[in-house]
Amino acid sequence: MIRSMTRLSLLAATASVLVPFYAILAASLQPQDNLSPGLAWPSDPQWHNYVDAWSTGGFADLMKSSLIIALGVVPLALVLATLAGYGLAMMRLAVRGPIFALLMLGLALPYESIVIPLYYDLKSIGLLNTYWAVILPLIGAFMPFGVFWMRSHFESLPPELTEAAEMDGATSRQILRQVLLPTARPALTTLGLLYFMWAWNQFLLALILIQDPAMRTAPSGLGKFIQAYGRNIPLLSAGTIIVIVPVVILYLFFQRHFVKGILSGAIK
Amino acid sequence: MADSLANRVAVRDRTVVASATPVRARRSRLVPLLYTAPALLFYAAFVIAPWLHSLWISFWDWNGIGVATWAGLDNYREILADPALRLSLVHAFGLIIFYSVIPICFGLVLAALVANVPWKGMPFVRTVIFLPQILPLVAVGSVWKLFFDDDGPFNALLRAVGLSDFTRAWLGDFTWAYPAVGVVGTWVSTGLCFLLLYSGIGKIDPALYEAARLDGAGAIHEFWHVTVPGLRREMSVAATVTVIAALASFDVVYVMTAGGPGESTLVPGVAIYRLTFTAGQVGTACALAVVLSLLTCAVMFALNRLTREKT
Repeated sequence: MIRSMTRLSLLAATASVLVPFYAILAASLQPQDNLSPGLAWPSDPQWHNYVDAWSTGGFADLMKSSLIIALGVVPLALVLATLAGYGLAMMRLAVRGPIFALLMLGLALPYESIVIPLYYDLKSIGLLNTYWAVILPLIGAFMPFGVFWMRSHFESLPPELTEAAEMDGATSRQILRQVLLPTARPALTTLGLLYFMWAWNQFLLALILIQDPAMRTAPSGLGKFIQAYGRNIPLLSAGTIIVIVPVVILYLFFQRHFVKGILSGAIK
Repeated sequence: MADSLANRVAVRDRTVVASATPVRARRSRLVPLLYTAPALLFYAAFVIAPWLHSLWISFWDWNGIGVATWAGLDNYREILADPALRLSLVHAFGLIIFYSVIPICFGLVLAALVANVPWKGMPFVRTVIFLPQILPLVAVGSVWKLFFDDDGPFNALLRAVGLSDFTRAWLGDFTWAYPAVGVVGTWVSTGLCFLLLYSGIGKIDPALYEAARLDGAGAIHEFWHVTVPGLRREMSVAATVTVIAALASFDVVYVMTAGGPGESTLVPGVAIYRLTFTAGQVGTACALAVVLSLLTCAVMFALNRLTREKT
């Protein structure tokens, strides 16, 4: 009995995740003059809605911007997090504690609490409305997670690994490049994927720091799209699915990394 | 444990270093700091500095364009006095029920059930149930906005099962808009909480279960006396992550209701946005931002303390 109860509750949980998706998929294929989509699968699926949503929402530009921002963030953030993670792992200075605490705070700080001053600061140095306005703050905001992530990877390695190299008189740079980096590939892949996803999905910073709608991330574009086409439910549904699909594909390909990264990232 | 290891390393180092020249020793000790510096620099420039700037602006009466006048603590007084702003903070804390409490309870029961019954379908369930974690929250909000639309699937569902009397414009309803927005948080967090707790159950010593069973404990007793205490750490992690998400919620609310109808779903994030870009009260917006971040840090600190004491 417990067995069937378990399966039933798991299926219920799974279904509750999937039903809203099914609902908007069905809605996205209704004729655009249909104002009450309900749950029924359309008798004559209107795949053309996707073409319309793609062009009216300007999703080609938005996807490009999301990609530029994500690709601008990921490499630099990975390098900085790796260096700092290594630095913290071997640090024995008294400032280690305060640095830790400072980075910890960053994990709890909501974007809302920094975005308004960023708006005025970036404006005064002329970076507002450029991709940099989102890329640079995101790199900064991504540091706490990444540094802790890389540090815990380096600290999980057996000390003998570096000790031997130290004995041979290797510099810290050589140790990092030749001994530690080769072990870090899985950790870096996971971190890179998470960074990419978070940057691609970024909404608030892109909404406020970039005023040109075409330069925003896909989610921010979707936000505007929803406000503009509030009553055209099929078109909105199609737009929503367009924004969701790239992330879902990435997730399905690299599922293990995403699940492991978010679960163990939370615990560390 | 990590600390004692670090200490041992430090002690060993000191003995090695003693034979080297002092200058070289000092330099090698500063090297780690150099590795950490670039990351800290970015973090300081784009997170710490703006936060401090926010604190500074919060003491001024400023519309964002004109000349600012010193306001002292007036902006903070306004947050306490203005019913809408006060309400936004109440709403943020209320969301903790939807983002943390309910998902952790669901996740706990589900994890305890599943742990006893291995199932081939689990990988598929895991894939689906984790999905909300990787989606842009704006899209999630958009999905649910359509779902709760007057003519949307949810009302259609109610009608189909003969509950037409309950149908309503959920997001336009002063009473129901807030729970409707909250439910989205439950939807987003439950999978994460379940998987965190499920992985934690695997780490509980099986001997504890055996001992409980030898004492003739039933499944319920086992759940309360072995599973729940054994998952303390995972529960606190789940609570920390989801509470932060609850207090920082912006995307979902902005898309679904923009704080309305009236102020019935107003949260601090949306209030900050409104104060800055529509009301021109940048000082008050920054004060609210400071209050929100301090409250978030306080809650995180408290949760951290709570679990450390008992383990």
